[in-house]
Amino acid sequence: MKDLWTKTLERIGRSPTRIEATSSVMAIVCGLLFGLALMLIVNPLEAFPGFFTVITGPFQEGLRSLGNMFYFGVPIILTGLSVAFAFKTGLFNIGATGQLTMGALTAVYIGVNWGFLGPFHWVVAVLGAMLAGALWGAIPGLLKAFRNVHEVVTSIMLNYVAMYFNTMIIMNFLYDFQASRTAHPLPSARLPVLFLQNIFPGSRINIGIFIAVFFVAITHILLKKTTFGYELKATGFSRDASRYAGMNEKRNIVLAMVIAGAISGVAGAMMYLIPGRHLPYETILITEGFTGIAIALLGLSAPIGVMLAGLFYGALHQGGTYLQLYDFRPEIIDIIIAVIIYFSALSLFLQKIVKTFIDKRTKASMGLSEEVETR
Amino acid sequence: MNEFASFMYYILPIILMNMAPLALVALGGLYTEKSGVINIALEGIMVMGAFTSVYAAILFTGWFAGMSIQIVVLIGLLIGALLGTIFSLTHAFASIHMKSNQIISATALNLFAVAFAVFTARTIYGHRRLPFTETTMIREVPFLSSVPIIGPVFFTNAYLSTYIIVLIFAASMVILYKTKLGLRLRSCGEHPQAAESLGVNVYKIRYIGVLASGALAGMGGAAYAFTFQRQFGGEVFGFGFLALAVMISGQWRPMRILLVALFFSFMRLLATQSDSFPGLNQLNLPSQLYRMLPYVATLVVLAFTSKKSQAPRAAGEPYDSGKR
Repeated sequence: MKDLWTKTLERIGRSPTRIEATSSVMAIVCGLLFGLALMLIVNPLEAFPGFFTVITGPFQEGLRSLGNMFYFGVPIILTGLSVAFAFKTGLFNIGATGQLTMGALTAVYIGVNWGFLGPFHWVVAVLGAMLAGALWGAIPGLLKAFRNVHEVVTSIMLNYVAMYFNTMIIMNFLYDFQASRTAHPLPSARLPVLFLQNIFPGSRINIGIFIAVFFVAITHILLKKTTFGYELKATGFSRDASRYAGMNEKRNIVLAMVIAGAISGVAGAMMYLIPGRHLPYETILITEGFTGIAIALLGLSAPIGVMLAGLFYGALHQGGTYLQLYDFRPEIIDIIIAVIIYFSALSLFLQKIVKTFIDKRTKASMGLSEEVETR
Repeated sequence: MNEFASFMYYILPIILMNMAPLALVALGGLYTEKSGVINIALEGIMVMGAFTSVYAAILFTGWFAGMSIQIVVLIGLLIGALLGTIFSLTHAFASIHMKSNQIISATALNLFAVAFAVFTARTIYGHRRLPFTETTMIREVPFLSSVPIIGPVFFTNAYLSTYIIVLIFAASMVILYKTKLGLRLRSCGEHPQAAESLGVNVYKIRYIGVLASGALAGMGGAAYAFTFQRQFGGEVFGFGFLALAVMISGQWRPMRILLVALFFSFMRLLATQSDSFPGLNQLNLPSQLYRMLPYVATLVVLAFTSKKSQAPRAAGEPYDSGKR
């Protein structure tokens, strides 16, 4: 038993990626503990049962809650992927929210008005969302590449422009006055549920999970196996060096933002081409875009990692839906996510802790006294 | 002419009430960036400051029934500044001692603040809005309001926070450009290694910069809540980010920041008062179009002013004393 423990530690210690992953897990644990502490302050009696329900959310109601975990995970995986992709090119896409809003608005507009498309209706709606997100992402990309404006400030401004634009279009073209809310997409524009409803009966799962996995695969291949992906990463490491190496670094910056925006746009379609969900017409920012930042960080900006982190979020969100039973406000999930982001910002420090811990343990068990190179 | 004058007397106090918190928070951004730390958490710090100050105001008006509302506001502003300082300590710790990515840690603060404000309000009151309905405006300042021109513009329909902000802004210009501390602060943002070689404690100076920004943004949040949104609902609608944009467009210089703040306040005035403007109200455009204006204007201004950035050279980089 002890042997296995040491071996695992050794295996983690040998690879920098594994050390980073361990620090992600530590960030999650810190966030959850903070949430528990807050719950203990608010309502000590219900805190432990409530907390236990949150972390076991996907298994509360068998396959139904498990299916919902995937359902809640889909938009987050996509926005996380969008942020992660921009990260790889050294850009901080805090504008995923705006791109998502524009995507959602386009998808709902097509979903409500273009019923003549028949069986292709939902496909066109998703593609439209992708295009809208890409265009919205292109603006900060262009401003960054050609006018040297920091993408964080521009994309934050564009989030608010998208928010008001969304309200304006809905109030003028998409408002259902009888139900006093945003009109609902036609049935032909809804995302197909396929056979998934049979596997996860009663859950809200749909084709979205396959679309998310598809984008994870595409970005993974793009970043790892293609010249274009290599160029993007090179631009991310050093803009000047990549230009010196003959790459068109301006084009790369714009394209990275366009792709990131497109993925966020699809996330918007995934959220609102669903029965029973209405695109909010109020002027509020859709928070899924910001959560994507957390997911990208936890997933170490790698597509596969983002998928795992996104599913973790889906599980947490599903657990959060039970919180009302224990008289807690569901915003506690957002607080936990924020604390997790804070601790993932401290990742350098956490990695150092992990490394020292592993070095100490493995050395002690092997009886070595001299310094061992772990990298 | 008379009509024009009364129109100006109507809009100028509104511009002033927009401008004061905007300039204050932009000044906070200036302190932190001059010391070499980027702080995009100004938005979240504003939310924390606004939330606690309004909550404190509710408690104080409950405990001391006869207390003058202006004293409640003053206490609220100070509590907002205090909370902002404490909250920004987490960002200072992460970005100075832990050398973490400053944008990420600040994003965490932004998300935390909104979630915390909404969560706490809903736990205490059952909904996200704080039930504070007192009006904090000063109708007329005695004596001064009867001075021609200056009286109607600066001393009627005014807010206490505006006067405090003017004082803080003036004091900050002295601190930043005429004192030893200001020089050290600016040197830590330009070339921290050089500053350290002359015996300046870079860590300490950067803590001062970030905490000052926290205090100013917290107070700015309180001023925002007391002027625009008495029933505070956990959102300042990008006001903190606008302040950041004001600072960047103002090229990190206090006087230019004031000018840009004036411009943005005019944009915000158009956004909120579009129906009382002669000419604009006949166009019949959707109100959301005007609401977008300040943000679009920011984009345009930034596109034309960022090419030759005057940003402090070391802003955003964790301090590494061994680096050359």
